[in-house]
Amino acid sequence: MSFQPVKFYQTGTYTVGNRLLGPDERSVQSGELRSNSINSGHRACQGCGEALGARYAIDAAMAESNNQLIAVNATGCLEVFSTPYPESSWQLPWIHSLFGNAAAVATGVAAALKVKGKTEVRVVAQGGDGGTTDIGFGCLSGMFERNDDVLYICYDNEAYMNTGVQRSSATPPTARTATTMPVGKEPGNVFGQGKNVPEIAMAHGIPYVATATVADLRDLEYKVRKAMKMHGARYIHIFVPCPLGWGSASHDTIKLARLAKETGTFPVFEAEHGEVTSVLKIRKKQPIEEYLKPQKRFAHLFGKHAHPEMVEHLQAIADRNIRKYGLLDEEKAHG
Amino acid sequence: MLKQIEGSKAVAEAIALCRPEVICAYPISPQTHIVEALGEMVKSEELAPCEFINVESEFAAMSVAIGSSAAGARSYTATASQGLLFMVEAVYNAAGLGLPIVMTVANRAIGAPINIWNDHSDSLSQRDSGWMQLFAETNQEAVDLHIQAFKLAEELSMPIMVCMDGFILTHAFERVDIPTQEQVDGYLPPFDPRQSLDPKEPISIGAMVGPEAFMEVKYLAHAKQMQALELIPQLAAEFKQQFGRDSGGLVRTYRADDAETMIVAMGSVLGTVKDTVDELREQGHKIGVLGIISYRPFPLQEVRAALVNCKRFVVLEKSLAVGMGGIVATDVRMAVSGTGLKGFTAIAGLGGRNITKASLHKLFLEAEQEKLEPVTFLDLDWDVVNKQLEREKQNRHSGPIAENILYDKGMSTSAAKFG
Repeated sequence: MSFQPVKFYQTGTYTVGNRLLGPDERSVQSGELRSNSINSGHRACQGCGEALGARYAIDAAMAESNNQLIAVNATGCLEVFSTPYPESSWQLPWIHSLFGNAAAVATGVAAALKVKGKTEVRVVAQGGDGGTTDIGFGCLSGMFERNDDVLYICYDNEAYMNTGVQRSSATPPTARTATTMPVGKEPGNVFGQGKNVPEIAMAHGIPYVATATVADLRDLEYKVRKAMKMHGARYIHIFVPCPLGWGSASHDTIKLARLAKETGTFPVFEAEHGEVTSVLKIRKKQPIEEYLKPQKRFAHLFGKHAHPEMVEHLQAIADRNIRKYGLLDEEKAHG
Repeated sequence: MLKQIEGSKAVAEAIALCRPEVICAYPISPQTHIVEALGEMVKSEELAPCEFINVESEFAAMSVAIGSSAAGARSYTATASQGLLFMVEAVYNAAGLGLPIVMTVANRAIGAPINIWNDHSDSLSQRDSGWMQLFAETNQEAVDLHIQAFKLAEELSMPIMVCMDGFILTHAFERVDIPTQEQVDGYLPPFDPRQSLDPKEPISIGAMVGPEAFMEVKYLAHAKQMQALELIPQLAAEFKQQFGRDSGGLVRTYRADDAETMIVAMGSVLGTVKDTVDELREQGHKIGVLGIISYRPFPLQEVRAALVNCKRFVVLEKSLAVGMGGIVATDVRMAVSGTGLKGFTAIAGLGGRNITKASLHKLFLEAEQEKLEPVTFLDLDWDVVNKQLEREKQNRHSGPIAENILYDKGMSTSAAKFG
């Protein structure tokens, strides 16, 4: 009898194989009954983190709501690549209105459902970082403050990719974009104060805030399902690498998302009513260079005209995240 | 039921009788009393089931209405002036998506300089947004037009602004006949949307449309408004049957049968115009009035029919197409093109400047004698204008215009800074 040794983790990753789990523990995405809410045939780039994130997030929300879900979409890559007329990838009721109003449109949909007594139907709003942290920020904050019954998902690829990779308030310092070129004394995006929307969401005291990455899709599904079990304003901020905008290989999307978490540059956590309730610990801390080097948007930090001081600054930011959120186990932090 | 009631309160009661399901509110004068009254009705459950949402901006107000309307709820909001401008992107979007939202515009000037008083610049700036626009002459008509508006909007699946003059109507207490719930229910059926977000029948709304179909979508918005030209008189006739009074329609004439001079206007100023015309009629002048109720769609045929037998007309409008002249006048001229009629434009009442009978009397007589300039600015203070123009000629750093003019008008106690 032939015997295939079972590996708990796939080689070189920390991904748990589905085959080892009982049916009730399996991911939504591994199930035959997944809704395929965003169906194949859409026009996202190869290696698109946003398409992956949206697929997992919306299918999980569909599963949790018993397929009773309405999606509102901000203008952006996700909207454009999924609905070039007359095609639509969406297998659920879906509306796109404007760039900056997805949260408010979702409020309206939720209000209509409430007034009509359709309590079983749930609402999810989604947008990119530009539609969330910049132009849609006012509507987002209003929706949070009123605690409207909407799950808002931000797919953060750290710039305006749909319009050709311009800086947003989610673009990290030093990154090259079309509007923060790697020229001059301080090449790339400036070191500003940043706009941490998950923390701002927490400051509204809403029932649930979480961050996730497309490197840990089980965690992403878990957070979406958990959010869908709750009512009121909920916010999930998903880190989604963009090969086009970042100048990274399309096969490195998952790797980069993992490195963002493992370096501490993107803290992965959950919070309820403004308090952090859990963090995803760093398994094997990586220096920030490991994350930066595979991305052409950071190429000017290395090589002939390197900027080690800027790399150091980015490392300090990552280290601060690690301290602030307790991303390393005690012994590792002090070891 | 007859009531002595504030215009805003009357409109709020009319809206409530239309059984709105979602109301979005953001404060801006002079529409605020309307949503305040509605808010109280929802909170006290006098108006139920209804969701009243205090939003954070007018942009959100229209966006929430877009969401609720797309999900099948009868949706209402109200705004004015800067508020309307702040929501413009969503205003166009609502029309583009074909969502039958009804919005009251309490017409108010647009700054700068900031000004809270009435003119028609705000809603007229949205002329091409795809929204229909109906103008109320009185508070009774404001009430009646709102009831008709929901029916018209939902029949065509297109949004409507009901425009009522800020303060002049919204804050005026007068006698208004508020219909009963039974009357309104008999006229306005429940909202049966053409499109609705529903998990039972998933559809995508708001997909990207390229050159291959965009023009057709836009043409259909135009076609809907052409249909509205038929529908508006029908709905007014049905309204008369149900409520027993004339209200709405496309246009309305007054003492126009043998008129040689016709005055064309929209909104509450028609009252003053009619009073002035009555006086002139008594003196033997052959003068009449054409009131335009439906600004969009613009009733070209009806306007032409109303004017074709006169010799000259004056379009008296509370709006200004800067660099050109009149906004309404341009449409009226289009309506009478080829007739050889002599037309004059009178810009009046901007930013709430009083339009007095005395000024209209003079204007109409000059029009009758065809002594008017093609574009006249009623009661413009030329001394102040010329003084400022001279100041700018003399001084490169002549400073802010509005503040200089306030000084020249003796309304500023501080010394003129800029000579």
